[in-house]
Amino acid sequence: MDCNLSEEQEMLKTMARDFLSEKSPKTLVAEMEEDEKGYPPQLWREMAELGWMGLVLPEEYGGSDMSFLDLSVLLEEMGRACLPGPFLPTVVLGGLPILDIGSEEQKQEYLPKIASGEAIFTLALTESSAKYAAASIAVKATADDGAFIIDGIKLFVPDAHIADYLLCVARTGGQEKAEDGITIFVVDAKSPGISSAVLKTIAKDKLCEVVFNGVRVPEENILGQLHNGWSGVQKIVERAAVAKCCEMLGGLRQVLEMTVDYAKERVQFDRPIGSFQIIQHHCADMATDVEGLWATTYQAAWRMSEGLPCTEEAAIAKAWAGSASERVITLAHQIHGAIGFTMDHDLHFYTMRGKAAAVSFGDAAFCQEIVAQEMRLSSADHGP
Amino acid sequence: MDFRFTEEQEGLRQEVRGFLEEEIRRGTFEPKCDVWMTGHSLELTRKIAERGWIGMICPKEYGGQGRSWVDRLIVTEEMLRYGAPTALHWFGDRQVGRCLLAYGDEEQKREFLPKIIKGEAFFALGMSEPEAGSDLASLKTRAIEDGDDYIIDGQKVWTTGQLRNYIYLLARTDPEAVKHRGISEFIIDLSTPGVTMHPIMTIAGEEEFNEVFFDNVRVSKKCLIGEKNRGWYQIASQLDYERTGIERLMGNYPLFEALIQFVREAKRNGKPLSEDIIVRDKLAQLRIEFEVGRLFAYWTTMMLDEGRVPNWEAAMSKAYSTTFQKRLASVAMEIMGLYGQLMTESRLSPIRGLASHSYLASRSYSLQGGTTEIMKNIIAQRGLGLPKG
Repeated sequence: MDCNLSEEQEMLKTMARDFLSEKSPKTLVAEMEEDEKGYPPQLWREMAELGWMGLVLPEEYGGSDMSFLDLSVLLEEMGRACLPGPFLPTVVLGGLPILDIGSEEQKQEYLPKIASGEAIFTLALTESSAKYAAASIAVKATADDGAFIIDGIKLFVPDAHIADYLLCVARTGGQEKAEDGITIFVVDAKSPGISSAVLKTIAKDKLCEVVFNGVRVPEENILGQLHNGWSGVQKIVERAAVAKCCEMLGGLRQVLEMTVDYAKERVQFDRPIGSFQIIQHHCADMATDVEGLWATTYQAAWRMSEGLPCTEEAAIAKAWAGSASERVITLAHQIHGAIGFTMDHDLHFYTMRGKAAAVSFGDAAFCQEIVAQEMRLSSADHGP
Repeated sequence: MDFRFTEEQEGLRQEVRGFLEEEIRRGTFEPKCDVWMTGHSLELTRKIAERGWIGMICPKEYGGQGRSWVDRLIVTEEMLRYGAPTALHWFGDRQVGRCLLAYGDEEQKREFLPKIIKGEAFFALGMSEPEAGSDLASLKTRAIEDGDDYIIDGQKVWTTGQLRNYIYLLARTDPEAVKHRGISEFIIDLSTPGVTMHPIMTIAGEEEFNEVFFDNVRVSKKCLIGEKNRGWYQIASQLDYERTGIERLMGNYPLFEALIQFVREAKRNGKPLSEDIIVRDKLAQLRIEFEVGRLFAYWTTMMLDEGRVPNWEAAMSKAYSTTFQKRLASVAMEIMGLYGQLMTESRLSPIRGLASHSYLASRSYSLQGGTTEIMKNIIAQRGLGLPKG
């Protein structure tokens, strides 16, 4: 048993941290919040050159064949830097699903474009009910002569306004059981009938409302099997949840460091406020939450990386991430006092992103219900 | 990074489970909470020793197996899961053996380690005093040199416990020295003339804690462990070992299992309790919190196997885990409702009174072995580098 990163992972971590602190400073993050696209194409190109988009894609598609655990290390640093842009959607919501479920033609068509940074992907899943349940999928895909016509509205789709492709989860059947009759389509964003509008969100993270109005998608663009998409969707959400935990961990580590540094420097009553016991205990509580997030996140990420079942571990990590984030951010604001409440100070970047992350890919209720089911509390939980 | 157990470790876990299940079937013991403090069974301790599960980390030359701290964790995890009475040998196995390996001379190692491993040496811990709790370094019990002996005078309190044959003692050997510079460690035979022990009744109805009086107790200088007046520095890492154990998380695990089983079977207003959203939510939260504690125990134990002593990490693990245990007991009482208040003796209690008993016992979890407040000071000062007040 070993809970340490490998030497290569430590190197990746250090390199990513140095690169991002130089190339994605908070001035850029602030700029991108107001920017129409929300990411700087130059930085995107440099990331592609570093091999980041293709990190976990096979070499034959232009990737580096590294593991999900390696990607987790990278995601953690991206979270620490509040890196703006469609990295997680492209790689985790687009690339990995295509790698898992796609046909050989689809892999050859899309994966090299992802690895090179040429194409931006996203996943259009959630709708007005704002739940990650099969019963919430109402966007319809109706068969029509070698194609499907997609109609309906998706909400909270990350970076849809700049995506080249959207993986759209639509209902093709399932009158009796909601989980049957769900199909994933790879939709070219240039298809007529798609319109995306960026929503005004707390994290200014370019989540979109996407309207599908008679969007025609060829049959060949079905990812996986017709009607049998739901289990693939669950896997995508599970993996995205773990990826989100990695980002949150990086962010909260930075918040803890900022807070401790502040407590050491800020002098009131002729002493650093970090010498007062209540401040020390607040910081100790924050550190405990962060280490708990580290442990649960990397347990889930390691299992995912090894191809082991990790539904319970992923739900535990994501549930902890949401509640830990709330406690850590709240204490960070208390310790920083008024200065942390200003836009000039960096804390707000983490406050806003933390809240958005807490509800993405599984909020507390969703994750806790999964954990309860895994505990086999009721006979209804004893399913396959 | 690798969270897998080896085949050997999986085998060890299954072996321990099989053994404990058999002993339960035989009626050797009934699963209880806090067994590492209040569960005494000479019979079970001897059987566990026979299987080589005490002092596993000790080198083979002393009769141990030179196994890893993770191996020991696996054994202790199962002992706690099954609520097996292991109090007699727990402290020897957890910390005194290791203290001897670090600071004992050859004679002392050969005297005590085999006895610990065979399940024959049972240690009480004599540290706290009436005026020295969190401020342990202010202890006053004296050990004054007299020829080849020390004469010990003083009083210890919260000493676990009865049925032990030795006491690990912290005493002041240099009353003139500044506080923590004049303290030494001893191992004293509890049958030495002048030593008396009186139990203290706790609100949980147990008597694991005692007052111990030392009245002109003469012991050989051979009882001194390590260097005279260096006891404080020697005990520092022993306290870290004391805080690393998974007993801080799983002391009341039998209650967790009983609670889950209760929820699976019970009905309220004709509906299964297991389908009640609030109950499911409470149990799921406990499960999540438990997992964090379990990972903390493994993390700190892995550090031990890397040859590093977890300091702020052990403090974090202990503070966090004891909070979990307290919350478990409290939530259990909530879920059980009126039935939660029934004590062990009541035939009406669906879970043998485990909830009410653990609720009371749990008031002390965040105090014994270092209060949560002190633990947070350590995390802040040693872990985060925040300045002392």
